[in-house]
Amino acid sequence: MVAIHIVDRRLNPGSKSLENRQRFLRRAKALVQQAVKKSSHERDIKDVLEGGEVSIPLDGMDEPRFRREGGTRDMVLPGNKKFIEGDMLPRSGGGGGKAGGAGEGDSEDAFRFVLSREEFVDLFLDDLELPDLAKRKLAEVESEGLRRAGFATSGSPANISISRTVSRAMARRVALRRPKPDEIAALEAELLVCDDEARRAVLLAEIEALKAKAKRIPFIDPIDIRYRRFETTPKPIAQAVMFCLMDVSGSMTEHMKDLAKRFYTLLYIFLKRRYRHVEIVFIRHTDRAEEVDEDTFFHGPASGGTLVSSALQEMHEIVRSRFRPADWNIYAAQASDGDNSTSDSEVTGRLLTEKILPVCQFFAYLEVGQDAGLTFEMPDSSLWSLYERLRLAGAPLSMRKVCERSEIFPVFHDLFQRRVRQERAP
Amino acid sequence: MTGQRLFQGPDWDFPTLQRIHDACEEIAHSELGLNVYPNQIEVITAEQMLDAYCSVGMPLFYKHWSFGKHFAYQQASYRKGLMGLAYEIVINSSPCISYLMEENTATMQTLVIAHAAFGHNHFFKNNYLFKQWTDADGILDYLDFAKAYIAQCEDRHGRLAVEQTLDAAHALMSHGINRYPGKKLPDLRVEEKRAAQRRQHEESMFNDLWRTIPTGPVKSVQTLSAERRRALLGLPQENLLYFLEKTAPRLQPWQREVLRIVRHIAQYFYPQSQTKVMNEGTATYVHYRIMNRLHQQGQLSDGNFLEFLSSHTNVVFQPDFDNKYFSGFNPYALGFAMMQDIERIVTKPEDEDREWFPDIAGKGDTMGVLRDVWANYRDESFVSQFLSPRLMRHFRMFHLHDDPAETAGIKVEAIHDERGYRRVRRALSRSYDVGFIDANIEVVDVDLAGDRHLMLRHTVLNGAQLNDTDAKRVLQHLADLWTYNVSLVEQDTTGKVLKEYVANPRGLAAVA
Repeated sequence: MVAIHIVDRRLNPGSKSLENRQRFLRRAKALVQQAVKKSSHERDIKDVLEGGEVSIPLDGMDEPRFRREGGTRDMVLPGNKKFIEGDMLPRSGGGGGKAGGAGEGDSEDAFRFVLSREEFVDLFLDDLELPDLAKRKLAEVESEGLRRAGFATSGSPANISISRTVSRAMARRVALRRPKPDEIAALEAELLVCDDEARRAVLLAEIEALKAKAKRIPFIDPIDIRYRRFETTPKPIAQAVMFCLMDVSGSMTEHMKDLAKRFYTLLYIFLKRRYRHVEIVFIRHTDRAEEVDEDTFFHGPASGGTLVSSALQEMHEIVRSRFRPADWNIYAAQASDGDNSTSDSEVTGRLLTEKILPVCQFFAYLEVGQDAGLTFEMPDSSLWSLYERLRLAGAPLSMRKVCERSEIFPVFHDLFQRRVRQERAP
Repeated sequence: MTGQRLFQGPDWDFPTLQRIHDACEEIAHSELGLNVYPNQIEVITAEQMLDAYCSVGMPLFYKHWSFGKHFAYQQASYRKGLMGLAYEIVINSSPCISYLMEENTATMQTLVIAHAAFGHNHFFKNNYLFKQWTDADGILDYLDFAKAYIAQCEDRHGRLAVEQTLDAAHALMSHGINRYPGKKLPDLRVEEKRAAQRRQHEESMFNDLWRTIPTGPVKSVQTLSAERRRALLGLPQENLLYFLEKTAPRLQPWQREVLRIVRHIAQYFYPQSQTKVMNEGTATYVHYRIMNRLHQQGQLSDGNFLEFLSSHTNVVFQPDFDNKYFSGFNPYALGFAMMQDIERIVTKPEDEDREWFPDIAGKGDTMGVLRDVWANYRDESFVSQFLSPRLMRHFRMFHLHDDPAETAGIKVEAIHDERGYRRVRRALSRSYDVGFIDANIEVVDVDLAGDRHLMLRHTVLNGAQLNDTDAKRVLQHLADLWTYNVSLVEQDTTGKVLKEYVANPRGLAAVA
């Protein structure tokens, strides 16, 4: 009998191909990225994060070989039913004369495969970057945190590291041969039962010596004591709040709300990747503003006039009460069809430039249009004109117009595209 | 005969596998007289099976993006349910490693052990092609060395350079094979040692001074005669990778070693592509015999045996040419049918068989004949020797001749009748002949005195020319390795030039 080995490999680390897969993705990056963008147009924003199948053209990813094609071919096939020698079979199908079961051409012009969620989002947002506009200074302000930094010989009693101290003390006691209590106890026990005078004297002397030595070598010495040391380290601000402002007056249709929602979702995904913690505040407004939950925000009915300043005022209040600009990165995106009462313009402008923009990392205004509308035909609304004026005067505002679902991603991409830094110029 | 049941129901554990193996081994040795490498059976998960698919079935392989591509592709089709996974993968190594999927039932594990661990294993160990071209003892160590070496090259020379070299080598892999055996049997362990020695030698001989010495005036060019030059370079040479490794003027030593690795691996797989029908036929025949015997001995219950028959039937299913599942001859079906047919001829021959196969008809010793067949034939010679008229009638084979110049259509050249048997058989045999399957491309000359232009020739058979896009791309890779211009001429057998390609080298990262 030959020896046989049966090995259970199931517990071996799987995904041996992971590195090969990463190499493949790296190589196909540009192609995959295009495919990801394209497929994200076709999907619902909600599903964008789900990863899934993409298809890339094979060009550049192919593995060429010398292949022959054409020419005269001979083949032997099974399953003859009615042919006899010398028959001529017409070429283009028909009568079972299938031209070539053997010739399955390589018509693999597109290559489909599945991306995981992480891979998809990575590629999706790869060339985007968060802008740091006016608040550069603020972005650099970092709070300080404490970090463990080893042990010290001095410190406050609250920071004594007991385990470290005790283990050092033990090492010292062992090194100096401090008599153990057991040894003394053993000698004392022997003394109790010992009758021989000479022996008793020896024992007594020995016990005395040991006790004296134990006294000289303390159980814990001040030199044993260690304190946990802490260092202060700058801690980056790792949280962000995103304000979604939306006009919900009667003139906003479901389609417009849908556009706005898609934009907010993209922004959320994007922020979520940059910050450990992202909060969202929904503020809807008619002629007065209120903070609402998400469902009400998108679906709750409301009617009334339109006062944009009310929403800005509400946002300002919330920032002041809950989100200290020093601790939070504040992003705001406003969606509206552009209606605003003329009398409100001045208040809105002032609120924006004086209160809102200084604390925001980024403020985007999205003007949404009718379903069938064309973006370039949208007339400048009152709000658009106002913001445009502010922007030209130097306010750090980003603004875009959108009519179609398919425009959302390009607009988003355009707003956050990684720009060549100009600050290197002196 | 009543034997102890090997197992009950579909569940198995490791002692069961051991029992199954021992029972199969008993039959394989005593009854079939198989001679196998020691077995190593490894149980793996579906995910690991997918992994194995993508590194051409080998347990360890160097890293390259193309494997990742295959992985992504296969994973996608597996998830969609377009593709099932194999029940097993078996590796031609010693010990012979069989991978079994964990989700197989006990019956399937029995089938797979009989099929792979005995059928394929015997074939690997005894067939002349495998003996000639592969070194089962050394392959795993060599792959390990290859993986480490390529990883080390990536560290030393950068991933990009290694990737480009591998891309080019992979493109030429189908033409990196020695088709005629040399004097020595392959020994991959020695190969690995020699690689290490070469490196060591280079390092010990390295002296930076040589670089600084001014080169003297060019020595007088001694013009070699064309004949002499070709003889010196070993031309014509059809092993393109070998030629590049030995003669490409500006390759780095490590690049030559990479080409060598790819070449050795291509050579290792060379016999497998020539013995698909025989290899699967052998394994299927062996598992069929073993399973039947186990059932007769009562080691396999009727229910389990029915389960086996059901999957066996699926495996040897041969759809007709007009069936939508048809994709050529199923090697399992053809191979198994031929093995069984040989058994019939040996034991119960008819007059026709006596006439066609006088050597084996009625000989009586089935296993002796089959073992001899398994040892000494490859698909092409096997079909041309042993495909019987009866089997041609059974499969209702017919031979089509498709000449694009013929407008009337495709001609039925021969069918399964008295007039056609030999022609059908010859045509089928030829379709398994690597000499006809692979394009015949050779290096014919190098302009050594001039611009080092490398000249290749494709001898066109039956008017089948190279695919234009692919040929250009492969040639580009070839030029990148050669680092000077490369041209490829397509000639038909009369010497008429049909087409000419030229490629100029791009600057590779490694050369720059």
